[in-house]
Amino acid sequence: MTAAVSLRATGARARRRAFVNAAMHAVLGLAVLAALVPLFLIIAVTIAQGLPAMTTEFLTSTFNFSRRVQGGGYLHGLIGTLYMGGLATLMAVPIGIAAALFLTEFPRSRLAAPIRFFADVMTGVPSVFVGLFVYAVLVRQIGFGTFVGAVSLAIIMLPIIVRSAEEILRTVPGDLKRGSYALGARQWQTVFRVTLPAAASGLTTGVMLAVARALGETAPLVLTALAAQTVVLDFQGQGQTALPLLIFREARGAFAAGQERAWAGALELMALVLVLSIVARAIATRRAAR
Amino acid sequence: MTSRTTTLNPGGIASSGRGRLGDRAFRWAVAAGGITVLLILALMIGSTTLDALPVFSSQGIVDFLTGITWDPGVSRTEITGTYQAGVFMFGTLVTSLLAITLALPLSIAIALFLSDVAGPRVARPLAYLVELLAAIPSVVYGLWGLHFFAPTVLKPVAKFLSETLGFIPIFEGPVVAFNPFYAGVVLAIMILPIITAIVHEIFRAAPAAERQAAYALGATRWEVMWQVVVPRSRPGIVGATMLGLGRALGETIAIALLIGGGTTINISLFQQGESIAAKIVNTFQESAPEAIDALIALGVTLFAITIVINMAARLIVRRLGDLSGEAIS
Amino acid sequence: MRVTTESATMTTPTMTDPAVEATPSQPPEIRPPGAMVPPRPIARARDASAPRNEPEARPANPAVELSDVSIFYGAFRAVRDVSFSVPAHAITALIGPSGSGKSTLLRAINRMNDLTPGSRLDGEVRYHGTNLYRADVDPVEVRRRIGMVFQKPNPFPKSIYDNVAFGPRLNGYRDNMDELVERSLRQAALWDEVKDKLKQSGLALSGGQQQRLCIARTIAVEPEIILMDEPASALDPRSTLQIEELMAELKENYTIVIVTHNMQQAARASDRTVFLNMGDDRAGYVVEVDDTVKIFTNPREQLTEDYISGRFG
Repeated sequence: MTAAVSLRATGARARRRAFVNAAMHAVLGLAVLAALVPLFLIIAVTIAQGLPAMTTEFLTSTFNFSRRVQGGGYLHGLIGTLYMGGLATLMAVPIGIAAALFLTEFPRSRLAAPIRFFADVMTGVPSVFVGLFVYAVLVRQIGFGTFVGAVSLAIIMLPIIVRSAEEILRTVPGDLKRGSYALGARQWQTVFRVTLPAAASGLTTGVMLAVARALGETAPLVLTALAAQTVVLDFQGQGQTALPLLIFREARGAFAAGQERAWAGALELMALVLVLSIVARAIATRRAAR
Repeated sequence: MTSRTTTLNPGGIASSGRGRLGDRAFRWAVAAGGITVLLILALMIGSTTLDALPVFSSQGIVDFLTGITWDPGVSRTEITGTYQAGVFMFGTLVTSLLAITLALPLSIAIALFLSDVAGPRVARPLAYLVELLAAIPSVVYGLWGLHFFAPTVLKPVAKFLSETLGFIPIFEGPVVAFNPFYAGVVLAIMILPIITAIVHEIFRAAPAAERQAAYALGATRWEVMWQVVVPRSRPGIVGATMLGLGRALGETIAIALLIGGGTTINISLFQQGESIAAKIVNTFQESAPEAIDALIALGVTLFAITIVINMAARLIVRRLGDLSGEAIS
Repeated sequence: MRVTTESATMTTPTMTDPAVEATPSQPPEIRPPGAMVPPRPIARARDASAPRNEPEARPANPAVELSDVSIFYGAFRAVRDVSFSVPAHAITALIGPSGSGKSTLLRAINRMNDLTPGSRLDGEVRYHGTNLYRADVDPVEVRRRIGMVFQKPNPFPKSIYDNVAFGPRLNGYRDNMDELVERSLRQAALWDEVKDKLKQSGLALSGGQQQRLCIARTIAVEPEIILMDEPASALDPRSTLQIEELMAELKENYTIVIVTHNMQQAARASDRTVFLNMGDDRAGYVVEVDDTVKIFTNPREQLTEDYISGRFG
């Protein structure tokens, strides 16, 4: 036996390993810091820059006659965002949940695999391409407006809802469904009275995250909603605006007043999106705790 | 006995027609939802490709992809301008690669920190924060990058790089106010939470038993992370990278604000550039119908690239997944 | 069912050293040359801890001594005031009902509990006189000298070869790695089965083979002590016997501590037995420590007798 041989390295080697271990922990710590600092900065700076400009006037009025001057606000953007976001949700949720139900209730269908696969593919489609698509098939026919903007947002939300809803529906215990079937319930009765209620909070979480994602989108709206200077309530045919659009336009402008409004708008949009995300996750956590 | 079997057999007894009709209607309704997903994607590919076809055919695919002249015409009915995407392809590639190069090591480091170093009391809120940051809209990142991060942090860095390493072409000065370096770094910050969240998930899924086995052999924590956790997670890391790359390629607004709207290929990171997605939103409003078709052609190209990346990610993950079950030495 | 010494002897697989049966508590007089590494202080500082008066009941040559060990997870005390010593070159079995803290104690011996956030140990675990929980002791070094085999086989998703070479590579082993891998696999009685497929994944082996691979992996870093946490509980009877045979061979060169739920296994495979129970405060404590023969034939405590004869509860 030459067992002792390998142990000879211990002293110096062990010290070197302990050193490498400590050094790499320091590197990891530094990396975390290096990454977290800018991420903290984005929240901190947006608040610091946006809060002073976020006056009552900003929240409750639209543009002044000129973009150069201070004052005015993004009310029309907020209304546009909520209007298009609401419409998009109305379109995407029923279709998305139906598709998810198809995947979970009829998993052996020949269509199930392609639908799942292409929903995955759709999540990877660049949002600007969605805008181009809606422009090509809708805007060229019926013009810019609220509805076409909402369609582009709905297309962005749809695959997210399908995938998250499928995952949630899959976690509904089979015993629960079997219990319903054993009472003589039909499939559709079981789905509407047992499966969907059991999955409700999870579905809500998924939908809210999808909405949060859609409300922050800019690129597709540039190509579909276009722009508006005042509050637009028209369903279609009149250009519409949204918070991200206004921020985008004024961020690249040369006017200090416009940039101030852009910061305030960014804070408003960030708050909107983060509140949605936080509430969505809180619902998910409560569900997990149950 | 007989009656019992008949009640158990739904076909054997005339059951309420309403119920059976309900099931059939249900099936059709949900199938329609699924088919809608397929139809939208098919329509998306079909209609845009159809619109882009005249552009592709008038320019020639190779010239469209590699040429560097973008000279839009003003016709409503035919293609009169020159449309070549080389400059934008280059810009998209450079910003995405820069972003991935910066974000991936940091993401792995943060994910390791979360999964193996920090206790749950630190890791849980930190992981939550990372997830939240992924939700911040890209226009906010763009605004922040343009009016805060680039002028205060990145500009001195860029100046320093161009002064000390300026002999390397990619760091050649002067530093312009909008450039692919700024766009790439901000893009890295944007995809960092996305990649980190996935990689963290993968590291967490690595079995505790394997970690303990390594500890019991006298491995240090770093050795456990680097020689057990990371190697077994390689397929997942590759997948996450590809996903991040897909996001980076398609990212539009932040880049449009930062990259500078250049019209030529500049090897230097500090000269103005342009990406495919940024070009689309930057010039859409001033474009005549034929130029919009050209922008759609750009979009189709971008779509094709991201799809190829996504498919490749899937293939690589599957291949590596197979391997790890058998022999890698 | 009552396990007697007779049945234990009869089921004992080929023992390499019959004397062990008769006098289990005696450490072997003759060490195989070179097999046992002369103990070195683990502490980075080389000061020897103060000499202590050893109680008579303890084996003459303990590899590890626990005194007044209590283990806490947060506020919960999992083990209270445990003292016993582990004789070198023998197999010590920890037995007892679920919740009696057997595995927790085992993990205290190579400081695996450190990895559980909130765990804490009072008392001393001495290894050649050094308290393993002294502030200057490096847990990494402890684990290298005190190896561990787990309940469920846990090979790395790497080749058989790389599994065995993992530990030596960590330690910067520069000699003939092929030879070390072969020797370790031979010692683990796995060589003949895998010598033609060393590049195959360790996960492709059967459960029993995987566990022997894990043993080979542990042996390859040449520890002095091997801790085994119910190493056969996930295996079929044939593989279980193989592992037990292996243990009997390994104790020539190593000190083994094994946690087991299986009374027959403790009776036939171990030299010394520690019987633990869970107290009313849900903390584990030692009921009785003695030579295995004694525990299984003539235990001092009624509780022990009840437990080994299956009348427990």
